[in-house]
Amino acid sequence: MTSSQLLGYTTFAYLACAILYIGLFVFRAPRLGPLATVVTAAAWLLNTAGIGLRWQESYQLGIGYAPLSNMYESLVFFSWAIAIFYLVLEWKYKNRTLGAFAMPFAFLSMAYASLSSQFGKEIKPLVPALQSNWLIAHVITCFVGYAAFAVACGFGIMYLLRARSENKGGGKAGSLMATLPTLKMIDDLTHKTIIFGFLWLSAGIITGAVWANSAWGTYWSWDPKETWSLITWFMYAATLHARFTRGWAGKRIAWLAIIGFVAVIFTYYGVNFLLSGLHSYGRG
Amino acid sequence: MSKEDNAVWRFFASVKLALFVLFILAATSIIGTLIPQGNPPDFYVQQFGPSLTRLFFLLDLHRMYSSWWFLGLLMLFSMNLIICTIDRLPHVWHMVVADNLATPVERLEKMEQRAHFAGNNTTPTAAADIIHGVLLANGWKAKQAERPEGTLLFAQKRAWSRLGVYVVHLSILVIFAGAIVGSLFGFKAGVLIPEGHSVSEVYEFGTDRPIPLGFDLRCDRFDIQFYANGMPKKYRSELTVNDQRQGKTFTRPIEVNDPLSYRGITFYQSSYEPTNEFLVQIESPANGKKQLFRIPAGQQISWPGTNISFGVINMMAGERGGENRFKIWFSDGKGEPTVFWMPDAVSTPIPRPDQEYLFSLKQIYATGLQVAKDPGVWVVYIGCGLMLTGLFVAFFLSHQRIWVSIRQEGNGVHTLLCGTSNKNKIGFERNFAQLREAIEKHPSFTDTEAAS
Repeated sequence: MTSSQLLGYTTFAYLACAILYIGLFVFRAPRLGPLATVVTAAAWLLNTAGIGLRWQESYQLGIGYAPLSNMYESLVFFSWAIAIFYLVLEWKYKNRTLGAFAMPFAFLSMAYASLSSQFGKEIKPLVPALQSNWLIAHVITCFVGYAAFAVACGFGIMYLLRARSENKGGGKAGSLMATLPTLKMIDDLTHKTIIFGFLWLSAGIITGAVWANSAWGTYWSWDPKETWSLITWFMYAATLHARFTRGWAGKRIAWLAIIGFVAVIFTYYGVNFLLSGLHSYGRG
Repeated sequence: MSKEDNAVWRFFASVKLALFVLFILAATSIIGTLIPQGNPPDFYVQQFGPSLTRLFFLLDLHRMYSSWWFLGLLMLFSMNLIICTIDRLPHVWHMVVADNLATPVERLEKMEQRAHFAGNNTTPTAAADIIHGVLLANGWKAKQAERPEGTLLFAQKRAWSRLGVYVVHLSILVIFAGAIVGSLFGFKAGVLIPEGHSVSEVYEFGTDRPIPLGFDLRCDRFDIQFYANGMPKKYRSELTVNDQRQGKTFTRPIEVNDPLSYRGITFYQSSYEPTNEFLVQIESPANGKKQLFRIPAGQQISWPGTNISFGVINMMAGERGGENRFKIWFSDGKGEPTVFWMPDAVSTPIPRPDQEYLFSLKQIYATGLQVAKDPGVWVVYIGCGLMLTGLFVAFFLSHQRIWVSIRQEGNGVHTLLCGTSNKNKIGFERNFAQLREAIEKHPSFTDTEAAS
């Protein structure tokens, strides 16, 4: 058994999770609920085992590094973080309809990691700049934040769906959208998830700055990756201020959660493939 | 004119301005990620054409993050932060230190969370003692005051958490202050030192202005290690600091991610360049003679007192940045000269008609160092620490307050339990319900709402 095999199975396991959660929402089959949770927990354990095994394999190859150093490995970790973040939310809020809007992100990230030919998947040794413990801290903090923003985006979509059906006179007891949490609850969840992500994004930017300073002697150099992470930070900061001080809620916050995640995707993916800069490791 | 009426003050203190500035900072920052920064004019003419280039230079878009207008936006951002804080902090501070035992009864009766209890066969004093105990058992330590209308108990948790958001605002200013200190009193520079050479000055990025170090820095040796697949594994320079003023000399290796700091100046391993010079050692095992040469490429060198002459006549760069190979010409005056390829830093035997020689060669490298002096970096780090602490406090800790008003009513006692929280209303609701239940369970009280 190799880590690539394990992570390949993980992709299918997350696909199963996404289908189960969407199925139990669309076909109103709460009986599927416990099964969906068990499959998600198992998929997450498989994902964890895959990361662990890849770590061990890198030592067997005589390289030895935490598997968090390139596009492939970061996507795998992104899925991992989304799945565990979602599982904690499900456990805390005892609500499984959330899964239909969160787990597809875990699957998409894993599927992109497995299927894309844009980047290599093999374990490659680290160039000197990446040989730092700050790398681990930086990648973990950033991706926990990104995972929260992905889930917040899912909740934003969920909010807009329910709000639209209520506007059309639906949303009454018995309709599909009425099985979603109330608008007030989705709004609150979206907000809390953004807050959580914002704290981790801040930590991610800071650990990146400390690392840059220990490698190059400059904690901030306005390279496109840094700048885009800051743009994302500004956007979420504006979102939080709009809510705290001007009482923005509902559709506006839902849209901001979606737009914010678009900025996250651009920071993560767009900068690596569309712009050039120091942060080109992610391409490999 | 008071602060409240001053239009300028109101403008700078407004959240609308904050939202506007955050949005404009986000939007304009994109420009610098699309237009490559810090290149010479020709570059832009080639990429974007002459008219766009003129526009770029007019608006400093080729170095926009240090342009007057971007720094102006950051200044506006700072002003907004400072004035907004001065504007709101007194009110918030008042909430932190407020005497909550003076809260008027009318306000207590309008709190978000309320519960009324009737106390039977008890006195206000006895009831207050019981409630004290219940509060304490649930983690609330109450203060008490006697007021004309009855007894008032008050307990609160984490009043200081209201300051969290201002710690975040302050942290941004601290980070800016650190950045300003760094740009006023620090520098970023670079220097290339060939192995065996010393430098006493470095060259500022952008201007190439020489900056004296105040001490000498020598590169003793530079090494590259490769992985089996040819990727670079390690760049390592052995540096010697020689500070005559302090009478101090020491040697320390540096690597990427492991720089050397001395007297506030930090040296980072950043690049390297092969020079056209070589260290060559020739050994003649037959008579035990050995000689070291430092020679340039492409020249015939003689070993004085022998018939030996040699040279490096060609070289081939390693694949994928791997190790170089060199073509050597060697003659000891007997028979045809030997010509062969050899790798860097390896001893190679040369069989000759009369005897065998051992030939070793090492290409001399120059190490490229990034040199930085930034006395503001610790200020920036303190700012970062404050930011994370402040965000945590602002987001996850709430100021929760509980009042209990107890007054004589007929033969019994009427008790009002009420409270409020500035955040996490749901969590507070839970805490409040717990408290309500605990009082209700006590035999001396009945919940009047539950009863009715």
